[in-house]
Amino acid sequence: MNEQTADELTRRQAFGRASRAWWRGIASGQELGVFIVLVAMILYLTWKTDTFATAQNLRNIWLSFSWIAIAAFGQTLVIITGGIDLSAGSTMALSGLAAAYLISGNIEGQPSPWMIEKTISGRLQQMGPDEYVPLALIAGPLMGLLVGTVNGLLVSRANLPAFIATLGTMSIARGICYGWSSGWPFQKLNNEFLKIGQNNVTALGVDIPIPFIVMIVLAVVMTIFLTRTVWGYRIYAVGGNEQAAQLSGINTRRVKLMAFMLSGLMAGIGGTLMTARLGVAAPTAASGYELDVIAAVFIGGTSVTGGKGTIVGTLIGAAIMQVLRSGLNLLGYDPYWQPAAIGLTIILAITFDRMRVRLQNRPASSLFGLDHLRTRLGR
Amino acid sequence: MNQEPILRVEGVSKSFPGVQALKNVDFEVYRGEVVALLGENGAGKSTLMKILAGAYQKDSGHIYLNGQEIRPRNPAHSQELGISTIYQEFTLTLNQTAAANIFMGREPRYGGLLKPFKLVNRRKMERDAAELLQRVRARIDPAALVGELSVAERQQVEIAKALAIEAQVIIMDEPTSALGADETKSLFDIIRDLRERGLAIIFITHRLEEVLEISDRIIVLRDGERVGTLKTAEADAEQIIRLMVGRNIDDLFLKETVPITEPVLAVQGLTRRGVVEDVTFDLKRGEILGFAGLIGAGRTETMRLIFGADRKDHGYIWLDGHEIEIHSPEDAMLYGIGLVPEDRANQGLILENTVLFNMIMPMLKRFSRYGWVRRALARRAAGEYVNRLRVRTPGMEQTVKNLSGGNQQKVVLAKWLMVNPKVLILDEPTRGIDVGAKAEIHQLMVELAKQGIGIIMISSEMPEILAMSDRIVVMHEGRIAAILNREEATQERIMAYASGQTHLTNTKLVTEGHAA
Repeated sequence: MNEQTADELTRRQAFGRASRAWWRGIASGQELGVFIVLVAMILYLTWKTDTFATAQNLRNIWLSFSWIAIAAFGQTLVIITGGIDLSAGSTMALSGLAAAYLISGNIEGQPSPWMIEKTISGRLQQMGPDEYVPLALIAGPLMGLLVGTVNGLLVSRANLPAFIATLGTMSIARGICYGWSSGWPFQKLNNEFLKIGQNNVTALGVDIPIPFIVMIVLAVVMTIFLTRTVWGYRIYAVGGNEQAAQLSGINTRRVKLMAFMLSGLMAGIGGTLMTARLGVAAPTAASGYELDVIAAVFIGGTSVTGGKGTIVGTLIGAAIMQVLRSGLNLLGYDPYWQPAAIGLTIILAITFDRMRVRLQNRPASSLFGLDHLRTRLGR
Repeated sequence: MNQEPILRVEGVSKSFPGVQALKNVDFEVYRGEVVALLGENGAGKSTLMKILAGAYQKDSGHIYLNGQEIRPRNPAHSQELGISTIYQEFTLTLNQTAAANIFMGREPRYGGLLKPFKLVNRRKMERDAAELLQRVRARIDPAALVGELSVAERQQVEIAKALAIEAQVIIMDEPTSALGADETKSLFDIIRDLRERGLAIIFITHRLEEVLEISDRIIVLRDGERVGTLKTAEADAEQIIRLMVGRNIDDLFLKETVPITEPVLAVQGLTRRGVVEDVTFDLKRGEILGFAGLIGAGRTETMRLIFGADRKDHGYIWLDGHEIEIHSPEDAMLYGIGLVPEDRANQGLILENTVLFNMIMPMLKRFSRYGWVRRALARRAAGEYVNRLRVRTPGMEQTVKNLSGGNQQKVVLAKWLMVNPKVLILDEPTRGIDVGAKAEIHQLMVELAKQGIGIIMISSEMPEILAMSDRIVVMHEGRIAAILNREEATQERIMAYASGQTHLTNTKLVTEGHAA
């Protein structure tokens, strides 16, 4: 046969693929599907209700999904390595307490030893000291990192299954929250701290909440980390095939430890922002958030078995959940039904993912395996 | 024997992608007979057994049981028909009692009023189990947990289970591989008992002396075809070996002479208890050192020890004359040792990821600066190897899963060549690869040897070993049975060492081998 032409063709195809490669690392087919679902939901809600596309509502959505999304970025890393981090919610609460402890004017229902009084918009208020605010902003994420490190050591050194290890630390962290605060929320937080969660940055005439900006920045940083650095490559390698990674000289234990540490750190950042937004650190905060966080990752297309997934997907996954919540509200459904809707979304997302993978795994002659589907249906 | 065979296989063929595993095989076994099924690795024994057991479906041909055609759909169906298979890895649940295992899925139940509740009649189950266990001469409490039994006892439970379903044909796949001498002897007593009772037994093993001791008839497979049948009473080991290996070496293998210089790797007394015992050999620059042996002889395990993937109990490794300590694959890699593992899909590649990703995996340090992966650099370097190895892929971003077996193997090879190894260990480098790609990989091996890389090649294909190796290490049960020079190696000799028939490696056999 004419080998030169074939060669030429191969080369041209290769060039085409290479030029699209940059996009592949950031997002692949799955994200596109989820993104279309998100856009469809937004369009439907904008059309169906007058209230959805208002600045105030959008701002609320942005705000409330930002810390879930941030924790979910970390969770994405863990799930790509083939693990899971059930302690995300408890870690968020504990990190919130750690930050709030330093800047609270009211601990365990009693005034804290370092309570100060400060005038804010003409009113005298009790609160924690100003000078601890930077410390608090560090203490929250650090607490998360600590829990994550414990998780990582349990999984990588003690060889516990991730599900068991983090099930344990989930309970332990929550217990510490209760014990430390004796069940009382830490209140009267320093006003400067609260500004982080409640103030906006105005850009192009739009008020953008600070947590949202933090989320976007972290999304960019984490995407770069995952797709451009050695550590990101290793995370994908360990999740894709742990044995092959190990035989390629990758220290798989260290990679897993790092993924869990980052998951804790992200949950810590999320928890700190959440506390700053809510203005109070309750030991019961973020209960059940681990499920939201994990759901965001899976809806965003990260493979349940590991090795595949992107930060962008997770971001979209988190957004879908929040838009769904808000949408159900605006459409006048009883909020009590929300968990059922979220649950259904998770199941649908994973079912579609499975179907997509099954279609792709057939000898791939068509892009979406549609002709195989056709032959099957035709039979 | 003029009676009708209990099980008759007629013209069965089976092919897998790239391999014709069985070609038109006939096979028969009579009541009260022990048939030994023999053949080299990959001769088609397991495929045939798996078809009978219902684990594989035949492509063509017929199977008759008691004169009636059967089509085993799955293992459960095959058992129902009366064919029971005892695998090397037992199919017992360790946390249940022997009795529960023997009657798994068909537990005796209470009748009468209790019938609708499907309650298990434990007393009856244990009584029946005790009876069956007695029939296989086992002294096992039916209420004992299987997890607490020895390997031999578990096997007896398996056989009792086969009796419980009233099997007419029992297939035993390497039943003695995990047994000691005494246990093997009592297993043979059980087999003789079963034969007396009129059961048909198909016995698969690598150990010739056992075949000669226990079987009535021997059927030999080679390259998926039945090449001979012997009455055990009239057979001897030498004759069997010749039947097993007797094929011509095809001319596909091109081995050029490459100057072999100073030793690059030396291994002394390498031991991992129960797996690898006291392995000592050396490898020179430019040499291709073949490792021959039967499956389970400890070849892969030896390489995993050298590569640091498993922990050794004892032994020393020298590289370029310096003693080195290897604790992990990472260490091995830094010293310049590469390993292309035997199981591409599970150990060599991340199938779901791209060609580029797979290739740079061991090399991330070199292709990065301050942790930042320099993708253009990596792409250029990897592209060079893709061209050099003629990997047929539409691009570096192609998912490895979509490449053919031969091209996948080239990606694994390329991955290790980029490391610039001093020693390259190839474990079954051409298994499951079509002929063309095979030749290319062999050519590549020669090229690498020319560059002064020391190559260790594990292969279960005798022609490949004979054609490609400068020297051949033959392993048997975790030990080195012999190290042969290229000139003195013959298929018969290697097979004799590999199957522990060392007394057959005398001159007589060698001269006959040369004559053949």
